[in-house]
Amino acid sequence: MSDFINRFWSDYVAVVSLLSILGCVILLWLTARKRIAASADNTTGHVWDEDLREANNPLPMWWVGLFVLTIVFGLGYLAVFPGLGSFRGQSDWSSRGEYEGELARAMQELAPVYARYATMPVEEVAKDPQAKAIGERLFMNNCAQCHGSDARGSKGFPNLTDKDWLHGGTPEKIVESITKGRVGMMPPMAAAVGTTDDVKNVANYVLSLAGEPHDSVRAGLGKSKFTACAACHGIGGVGNQALGAPNLSDKVWLHGYGESAIIQMINTGKQNEMPAQEGRLTEAQIRMLASYVWGFSNNISTAATTP
Amino acid sequence: MTRKIVPIVSAGSEEVGLYEATKKIYPRSVRGLFARWRWAMVFLTQLLFYGLPWVEWGGRQMVLFDLAARRFYIFGLVLYPQDLIYLSGLLVISALSLFLFTAVAGRLWCGYVCPQTVYTEIFMWVEHKIEGNRTARMRLDAEPMSLEKLVKKWFKHIVWIGIALWTGFTFVGYFTPIRELGMAFLQTQMGSWEVFWVFFYGFATYGNAGFMREQVCKYMCPYARFQSAMFDRDTLIVTYDAGRGEPRAPRRKGHDPRMLALGDCIDCGLCVRVCPTGIDIRQGLQYECIGCGLCVDACDTVMQKMAYPPRLIRYDTQNGMDAGWSRRQLLWRVLRPRVLVYTTILAALVIGLLASLVVRTPFKVDVVRDRASLARIAEGGRLENVYRLQIMNATEKPRHYRIAADGLDGLGVSPDEPVTVDAAESRWVAVRLQVPYGTVPAGSQTVHFRIRDEDSGMQVSEKAAFLVPR
Repeated sequence: MSDFINRFWSDYVAVVSLLSILGCVILLWLTARKRIAASADNTTGHVWDEDLREANNPLPMWWVGLFVLTIVFGLGYLAVFPGLGSFRGQSDWSSRGEYEGELARAMQELAPVYARYATMPVEEVAKDPQAKAIGERLFMNNCAQCHGSDARGSKGFPNLTDKDWLHGGTPEKIVESITKGRVGMMPPMAAAVGTTDDVKNVANYVLSLAGEPHDSVRAGLGKSKFTACAACHGIGGVGNQALGAPNLSDKVWLHGYGESAIIQMINTGKQNEMPAQEGRLTEAQIRMLASYVWGFSNNISTAATTP
Repeated sequence: MTRKIVPIVSAGSEEVGLYEATKKIYPRSVRGLFARWRWAMVFLTQLLFYGLPWVEWGGRQMVLFDLAARRFYIFGLVLYPQDLIYLSGLLVISALSLFLFTAVAGRLWCGYVCPQTVYTEIFMWVEHKIEGNRTARMRLDAEPMSLEKLVKKWFKHIVWIGIALWTGFTFVGYFTPIRELGMAFLQTQMGSWEVFWVFFYGFATYGNAGFMREQVCKYMCPYARFQSAMFDRDTLIVTYDAGRGEPRAPRRKGHDPRMLALGDCIDCGLCVRVCPTGIDIRQGLQYECIGCGLCVDACDTVMQKMAYPPRLIRYDTQNGMDAGWSRRQLLWRVLRPRVLVYTTILAALVIGLLASLVVRTPFKVDVVRDRASLARIAEGGRLENVYRLQIMNATEKPRHYRIAADGLDGLGVSPDEPVTVDAAESRWVAVRLQVPYGTVPAGSQTVHFRIRDEDSGMQVSEKAAFLVPR
């Protein structure tokens, strides 16, 4: 319990709670002993607004019993569960513990479901409608925030449904990407390329590699300067999955399309990260996700999935 | 203005406490018009309560509140959590009905149809059958324990517990299909929660109807407290006609009370003995009175025996009593602003609720924009936004829905094959909207999804925002 800044406030809360209960006990005891003069018209003798009088309709004794029960219950509760400041209670219950217990139970109940797919090859799992439904839910909860609900990504977040893979699209590689995460790093290359004019030329050359509209004169001039880039992106800009260097010769533009976007990339570089999921997701879950993602780019159509 | 205070004879002690031990009330059974009405209401409400879960409707229970699946089945309707507005409407209508009935005729609800009243009535009937009438019951409680007493008491409690458990079972049957529940019970395979609720609800019935009875109304019930705030001087309440009844005194039959300088009340005390809350109505309106009219029946039987005119105790209003109005004048006063306003609001709500149920489309759609990716360029130079649509099928057959969208030039939807949703299920689908790049000005544009049920042709429209980056 780190909810209190210091010991004083914890004790303060505990004392106020206990004093309140004690106050209830005293009040109950005093009213039970109190006797009032019986008047002919059954009133307590209090009069307000000239003619408004308080009747004495005695409370039945079982109500008093119920009050006593609530006091006993309250004290019992405070002894067992956390409530008195930072006192944890005898049962050592906490909402976090309850959550973890429920999670463990749920995982245990789900174990047989996952076990079915543990030994099945990923290619087979991707075809299974139930597995696809599980994968979809996992994806929606854990991946869709960046890669989009339809897994097509957006600027800076790779599209998982096409055949263009930064780090490889085999099931093993996908599992590795999810488990360990990935870091994409391109240093600022403007100095290595040359002047601003050279950078513009290289950008046009890159556009020409992908067959996008470009200035062919500038592209021709930029070709020689591309050697600085080819170290990672390869001759002809085909990319390098070992380094996670994108393929520049296709029409996928992860970090923005067009001359200006490429120039900015060369000038400033980019640091991109996919967080590691191990510890957040179990191996079985990661495997389901990998099958689900692998299914996108391999045109796996399952029978109509049940939601 | 001065009010006449009817003195209550004090218990004789000089001092009283603020608490007291409860005195058990032994109501005498009574026959008559209002007693018959009460029993009619007992039968009506309990036929409904005990019978409804057993009625089947197209291969399922007609009324079932499936909390686990978050679906309510009522007749042909399948209600989703998103239909909560109907529940709110129902509750508001119930509250307004209570206000209306209370303004017109006092605590009608309490006296005739409140479960507390109804189950108490049933339990008292059992008690009457087993232990005998009021005097017999009082004698039985007073005498020392004997074999006969033990048998009677045990028998009574066994019957009570039987009724209570059946009530609990029925109650749970609204949430778990009752036939399956019955089978599970016969095979002793009921779930622990179901068992708990059957016993919990059974115990509440047994305790409240067998032991607590009028004390629930007197000390626990919140409705009892605030209904008195809805009374006015034109509200029908159970009243004793003091002008006609006083001075009260016993007398022999056949004498004209006016000659004896007496009122019509013969002080037989029957109205007190039949009262389920144990009050004396002749002291005027008291907070314990639940307006059940049993004292009216009791007094009428006595008046008949005495050959006096009936209704010395009757349903009447304060204004009516003071002015000696006829029935017609009383009825005329029902049309007062308070009642008319309640009636108007109530009628409007009922009509509105029914109308919205009639025009309700049997499916719902929620549109959720992807929060992370605002917009992106898709292959082929098209600008794309991503949405997730939750399609909820509120029919009991699988349905196919086709998703279209309009609002921008050249707006396309993909994927555009129809989505199949199983009976009474909901499904999330990811949908992309695309426009040709550069044709739409930057900013947030309004588009409409049109989701069409291919089987019935019904269509639902949902507004969404389409973002175009600068």
